[in-house]
Amino acid sequence: MNSSFIGQAAERAVNFLFLHFRGGFDTFSAALDTVVKLLQDGLAAIPFVVMLVAFVALALWRRGVVFAVFVGLAIMTIHFMGLWAQTVSTLALVIAATLFSLIIGIPLGIWGARNSRAELILRSLLDFMQTMPAFVYLIPAVILFGLGRVPAVIATVIFAMPPVVRLTTLGIKQVREELMEAGKSFGSTDSQLLWKIQLPNALPSIMAGINQTIMMALSMVVIASMIGAGGLGEYVLSGIQRLDIGIGFEGGLGVVLLAIILDRLTESFGIKSVKRRSKTRASKQTPREAAQPQT
Amino acid sequence: MHIHVKSRLQVFELASWNDRMSPNLTFASDESVYPGEVNSSITSSVVSPASIDKILTVQNLSKIFGPKPERAAEMLRQGLGRNEIFQQTGNMVAVDNVSLGVRAGEIFVIMGLSGSGKSTLVRLLNRLIEPTSGKVVLEGRDIAPMSTLELREVRRKKMAMVFQSFALLPNRTVIENVSYGLEVAGQKKTERHEVARRALERVGLGSYEKLYPTELSGGMQQRVGLARALAVNPSVLLMDEAFSALDPLIRFEMQNELLRLQKEEQRTVVFISHDIEEAIKIGGRVGVMKDGRLVQVGTPVELIQSPADEYVRNFFRNVDVSRFQKASSLLSKVERGVINCDTGVSAARYADELIDAGVECGYVCDEEGRYQGCVTPASLRKCGSSPIRDALLPDIVAVSMDADLHELSSIALRQEHDVPIVDGADKLVGVVSCRTILKQVMERRAA
Repeated sequence: MNSSFIGQAAERAVNFLFLHFRGGFDTFSAALDTVVKLLQDGLAAIPFVVMLVAFVALALWRRGVVFAVFVGLAIMTIHFMGLWAQTVSTLALVIAATLFSLIIGIPLGIWGARNSRAELILRSLLDFMQTMPAFVYLIPAVILFGLGRVPAVIATVIFAMPPVVRLTTLGIKQVREELMEAGKSFGSTDSQLLWKIQLPNALPSIMAGINQTIMMALSMVVIASMIGAGGLGEYVLSGIQRLDIGIGFEGGLGVVLLAIILDRLTESFGIKSVKRRSKTRASKQTPREAAQPQT
Repeated sequence: MHIHVKSRLQVFELASWNDRMSPNLTFASDESVYPGEVNSSITSSVVSPASIDKILTVQNLSKIFGPKPERAAEMLRQGLGRNEIFQQTGNMVAVDNVSLGVRAGEIFVIMGLSGSGKSTLVRLLNRLIEPTSGKVVLEGRDIAPMSTLELREVRRKKMAMVFQSFALLPNRTVIENVSYGLEVAGQKKTERHEVARRALERVGLGSYEKLYPTELSGGMQQRVGLARALAVNPSVLLMDEAFSALDPLIRFEMQNELLRLQKEEQRTVVFISHDIEEAIKIGGRVGVMKDGRLVQVGTPVELIQSPADEYVRNFFRNVDVSRFQKASSLLSKVERGVINCDTGVSAARYADELIDAGVECGYVCDEEGRYQGCVTPASLRKCGSSPIRDALLPDIVAVSMDADLHELSSIALRQEHDVPIVDGADKLVGVVSCRTILKQVMERRAA
């Protein structure tokens, strides 16, 4: 089966990059690998009990007793299935990929919000990135970066970045015009407008974007096990390869439990400010949803 | 303005000179009473002479929204209307060649229906919207051509704005909101909070500094908005429909609050409003906008008494303007029947004088010209040769020049004769006849 000239062009582009920038890719790859490995080894070095207690405490602080009990049971289940090491490895990959996504994605989102032409370009690019089947990223990633953690993280970053870019742009654009006018009328500089008005008011939206990015990173990291990312995905993959329902289910369950924990925890940071405000309000005024626009 | 003040001073000198030199001259009002003049001399007595200069001048200011503002401007010069220009070019003429001057320490209200360009106009003043053409001169400097840097300085130090929707930052506490202007100007936290606290106390929210805006009621939120603007101690305060979003009672309260603050410390305020009641309550002068144009500028009384066109007149249709019909504008001079004498002298000779003059009643003023009371030939006769003070009718009430139509009519109902009007020094300036009052009341009815 041969690709048409479109596919050949893509292939030539990747080959061109590979041939001419190989040194660059190698250096970059090594640097990235060091960071991810450090993260993985660091997390792996923490004893299971400490991790368990830390997660349960975090759950208790952010969401309350019920969720804390759930987190405790979930982690115990993963441990009982003998998948804790893989889970930590996956978690490290997710954290690494999410961090890179945010570092690149949030500034891109801000840029998109401030410049309509940039937004147009970004939007088409993001549509492309999001709809291209996830597996496709794996091919150039392997060619350019070889097998292992690095191509996995890079493919994940590309796949997981769109939500945070989109929701950052959206959040900033949704900041009420009067707030911007107020900021300007008191003589704010552009960066003061950004840091003191746009970002704080876009925060709920940005947090939703971060949450989405984490979820997408998790799903991609599992797929990336096909190029040697390791972790829970590897376990699922071997289940597929051996048509072993038990192994496949256990690996899948591990992914699901991790996903729920990450989702609920990050979500709680998004609604943090609202909660804090309603607490101080308790004694006084009629409760009003803080997120609601005033008329 | 200068002219009014000068003429008023001259009038005053003349009057006192008259008193000294010829105490027995019949007092006929020296002050020619035109409604506008009376009012401006009243305002000018509040504003100290040094601050009468215009602090903010707008010259030929225009804003045209849309793709080809030059072409629209050209069409405007040719005399085409707003709608025609919009149909032909897609440009919207929001503000059309507006010129006005705001005096230091006055509340200048810009009033108009929605879509008349008043909100755009106020945003042109601090360039939240860039003007298409024209000048905005604040304290001698034109804002329109300023660089971003200069403009930022002006916004930080000279102008502050209060918004219709409050526009408080929901992620900040009250005190952080109030100190926002100082914060962006780079003031240290302790200092700016100190200033902000004082501003909050001035608007009566001293103890709310740690709350978030969403925890406050609408009226309180706007007090915070006001404090935020006051905290930067601006030369000009811009208030864009600041009280329009509040319910009527709170709005009333906030208007009083603004007037109270204004009494404490005179600040120049440009106030945008669509509410005529609000405009006449707080406005020293009111500018009426229609289709982007400033149709008329004047004190509320001037607008009520001589509206420039039907549009301005319509604004007052549902307003009880009897409050703005002042005695000073309704009175007629007393040509005959003024008796200048010591109230101790015998009443007898004045009865014939009155009858000769052919008037129903006489107004007795003492040697200093102070109004003493009203007499009729009958009361004088009855009194015989006792002092004239015994002949004064007991039930005639004199009122001051700023008594309104409402007050006048209720007094006229209670007494038989015309209502005497006295000025601040108790001198008789004239009378308002019952006929005049009745006529005014009927006119209001008809409107």
